[in-house]
Amino acid sequence: MTEQPRGTSIRMIRALSGAAVLSGFLIVFVYQATLPRIAENRRRALEQAIFQVVPGAQHRITFVIGPDGQAQPEGQAKGEGLGIMVYAGYDGDGKLAGIAIEAAGQGYQDVIRILYGYSPQKECVTGMIVLDSRETPGLGDKIETDERFLKNFECLDVRLNQQQTALLHSIESVKRGEKTQAWQIDAISGATISSKAVSKMLDESTRQLLPLLAANLKRIREAGEEVSRQDAKTAK
Amino acid sequence: MKENTDTFLKGLWRENPVFVMLLGMCPVLAVSNSVINALAMGLATTFVLIGSSTLVSLLSRFIPKQVRIATYIVIIATFVTVVDYLIQAISLDLYRALGAFIQLIVVNCMILGRAEAFASKNPLGKSLLDALGMGAGFTLALLCLGSVRELLGNGSLLGVAIFGAGFQPWPIMILPPGGFFVLGGWLLLFAWLQERRTARRPEGGLAHAD
Repeated sequence: MTEQPRGTSIRMIRALSGAAVLSGFLIVFVYQATLPRIAENRRRALEQAIFQVVPGAQHRITFVIGPDGQAQPEGQAKGEGLGIMVYAGYDGDGKLAGIAIEAAGQGYQDVIRILYGYSPQKECVTGMIVLDSRETPGLGDKIETDERFLKNFECLDVRLNQQQTALLHSIESVKRGEKTQAWQIDAISGATISSKAVSKMLDESTRQLLPLLAANLKRIREAGEEVSRQDAKTAK
Repeated sequence: MKENTDTFLKGLWRENPVFVMLLGMCPVLAVSNSVINALAMGLATTFVLIGSSTLVSLLSRFIPKQVRIATYIVIIATFVTVVDYLIQAISLDLYRALGAFIQLIVVNCMILGRAEAFASKNPLGKSLLDALGMGAGFTLALLCLGSVRELLGNGSLLGVAIFGAGFQPWPIMILPPGGFFVLGGWLLLFAWLQERRTARRPEGGLAHAD
């Protein structure tokens, strides 16, 4: 190897750089070509999830809750990112139908990510879907399909106290069949850990966010009415 | 002509990458838990195989042998990235189901193996046929596993329930151990078929002695 002519090194560098350049062009080309489709797929998946947990919603505005606790429509938010995103869903007349919120927590296998809907009028959680989970097929993954479990989230009581600063009752998970209160979650037998994980992340998320949302509710309501006014104008 | 057909067909049966050569076991065991995952994984791998075999075969004259493996890996990784974006554009659900295994096609030794053992030494046409055959063989094997696992583990095929409500699915079949059980079953079947054929014509057995 020590006696190899200089030409060989140049050939090796040329071959590797050539492959790298070719690879660069191909990847960037495909990335640019597929980007709109991928963004559209993501948007549609999110929207579908939001409309599923917020019954009656027909369009949505994404709000960012900044470090100061103020909710701003996405894009108008001041300061550096780092805010919490919530998705407000509005019905056809621009009335607030509910707010979809993402929550995450440790499940049995890995982190579970869910999206739940919150209705400020009814003061309950109106729906829950699992966005991402690696729970055991046939056992833990029942949190996505078990009808009786999902029924918990038709109207799960998350009333706030009078000062609107904390939950009146924290959400808790109970053994199947022992649910007596509207803020309890009837767990799935055979998927206790996954059920508990869902109830824990709901409890933590509502505890943190609902008081913040209550403070911003007026602004969130008005944003939807404004959009529907603008829509009516453009329609004319 | 016969040689060309043979180049294609050997991947399906005689040199099947999964059942005979036992290559690329990681995706075979991991994502063969349903027919649709198996099919998507098989097609994605075939795409990468065809792309990389084409480029390797075309460029092999310009690649000094000291850096050939590095160059092949760059080429393979490029096509894997391409397929990664394509699947995201086609369906996010599918992308989520396949998870990290799309990216892991890079290290599927079947692909590097074909680049090194076949595409770098053969003209474009033959390399393409070889890649098509191997890809089809790989997809076929994944489908063999995927259909059995989905049928037993979920009672369905392609998401359509096959058995009545009385069927109790065996979740273990869609969990990792099920992959080993079903692969073992298929390997047993293949070995038995091979043995029976060798036994039938004792001299002919030399033609493809291991």
